[in-house]
Amino acid sequence: MRNIWTIAKREYDQYFIGPIAYVAAVLILFVLGVFFAIDLLQFQQYAFQDLSGFLNTEREINLLPFFFIFLIPALTMRLVADENRTGTMELLLTAPLRDWELILGKWTGGFLFVLTIILATLIYPIILNSMVDPGIDWRLLASMYLGVILVAAAFLGLGVGISAVFSNQIAAFIVTFLTFVFLYWVVGFPANLPITGGGVFGYLSMSNHFSDFTQGAINLGALVYFTSLTILGLFIGTLSIEVRRWR
Amino acid sequence: MIQVSGLIKDYGARRALNNISFDANQGEIVGFLGPNGAGKTTAMRILTGYMPPTDGTVTVAGYDVVEESLEVRRRVGYLPETVPLYTEMTAVEYLKFMADLRHIPNAEDRAYETLESVNLQDRANSYIGGFSKGMRQRVGLAQALIHRPEVLILDEPTIGLDPNQVVEIRELIREIGKDRTVLFSTHILPEAQLICDRVLIINKGRIVAEDTPENLQSRLVGAQRVVLRVRGDADGLDTTVRKVKGARNVETKPDETVEFEFSSGQDIRPQIAKAVVQAGYELIEMRAVGMSLEEIFLELTRDNPSGKKSS
Repeated sequence: MRNIWTIAKREYDQYFIGPIAYVAAVLILFVLGVFFAIDLLQFQQYAFQDLSGFLNTEREINLLPFFFIFLIPALTMRLVADENRTGTMELLLTAPLRDWELILGKWTGGFLFVLTIILATLIYPIILNSMVDPGIDWRLLASMYLGVILVAAAFLGLGVGISAVFSNQIAAFIVTFLTFVFLYWVVGFPANLPITGGGVFGYLSMSNHFSDFTQGAINLGALVYFTSLTILGLFIGTLSIEVRRWR
Repeated sequence: MIQVSGLIKDYGARRALNNISFDANQGEIVGFLGPNGAGKTTAMRILTGYMPPTDGTVTVAGYDVVEESLEVRRRVGYLPETVPLYTEMTAVEYLKFMADLRHIPNAEDRAYETLESVNLQDRANSYIGGFSKGMRQRVGLAQALIHRPEVLILDEPTIGLDPNQVVEIRELIREIGKDRTVLFSTHILPEAQLICDRVLIINKGRIVAEDTPENLQSRLVGAQRVVLRVRGDADGLDTTVRKVKGARNVETKPDETVEFEFSSGQDIRPQIAKAVVQAGYELIEMRAVGMSLEEIFLELTRDNPSGKKSS
């Protein structure tokens, strides 16, 4: 536990050294802010100054997974590649640290960083809450944010795993990005075709699960789905480090 | 402290270490000497738990490097050849991180103490990215020392340093080696001669010689080499020397001296002196030259080692 935290803390601090963290946070907050402003104006026009029909920031929250599809590969691509380049991987692999602790620590650092950005986007529902009467549906909002957090967790897990397999940053980025695009949408396409077993593809599609959360539906299947993907990614990462040792 | 027996490491089809065995005791400084690509780094990486051996048993501080890798890693300090540093951290942040990984209480205090021991306390809060090669090496060494390890493994710790820094690092190693086991690699022979209690010469994945620097010298040299100097020209001196029974490999050097060898145990120096003087030369110097480790090294690491091989 302590080792995971030590690795995570260094990793988290690392994000704030370069410009990536600030650029990503500012970009996400800005785009969400633009959407939010447009929504506010439109509702004011249609509802004649009454905002009570505009009860949540679903449209804004729906944007977050799109950002993650680009942002998270950029965050995870250097996790292992950088350590290899500077030789610090040798340091970590000869420290009294299990391989899975290293991988889980890196994931935790990235997760806490993305969580920071996610929490910053809460300003929009908070603003909305102060403008509408009787206030927004906080339980629905919690469900939506749980969905966002689970998407981030699964993406980061896969990103860490893929970055451990590829020691080249560009390769890691491209493979991670394509994996996300595939998992989020592409895999779900056959579900709409008149074929038997199409439901399996529907279950594999991440956007399907995410939209359940945005509708306020938290089901066990979705929780299992996201947790499994996260663990799969971390498992691939650990295995890849172990294989590296034996080579 | 370190026991290696029958160690083999293959990288695919290439055999990097071929049946290596050696021991290192507490308080001993052992030098790993060999040309680049001899297998020094590979051996060190196995000892530090970075990679497992293909075959053979390796124990460090009584723990097996494969079965009890974490126990080994807790007791070993390691400075890899490429000094592993996070350049965007300050020296003290970096050492605190390493101390945290090793569960050291009061990590920050320990970080400062260790920086002091490598003489970097003035730069504790500077970013490592701005450090000179010598300073980086010292931060790397501090990282290896932070948990006061029983065994210290240093891969080419003096490479790329200027002469003053080399002297500093060597002194530091000698100091540390008083109560710990130090294994360090180098391809600089005088360095091994200076610091080590024992030298292992490794070439092409095999240990070709193992002894104290002094013994290596005398044991491997079956002959004694002598330099002769006379006043004025040395013309014909070599012929005079050659006439003495037992003189071998007689050579005239460009600086007008003549060198010759005789087998250990049959000292012909008095006969030589007599012959030289009788031939009318004014003998001003006769001096034995030891074969340097350099020559021994070349001898041992040549593709077809001669009969002098010992292991």
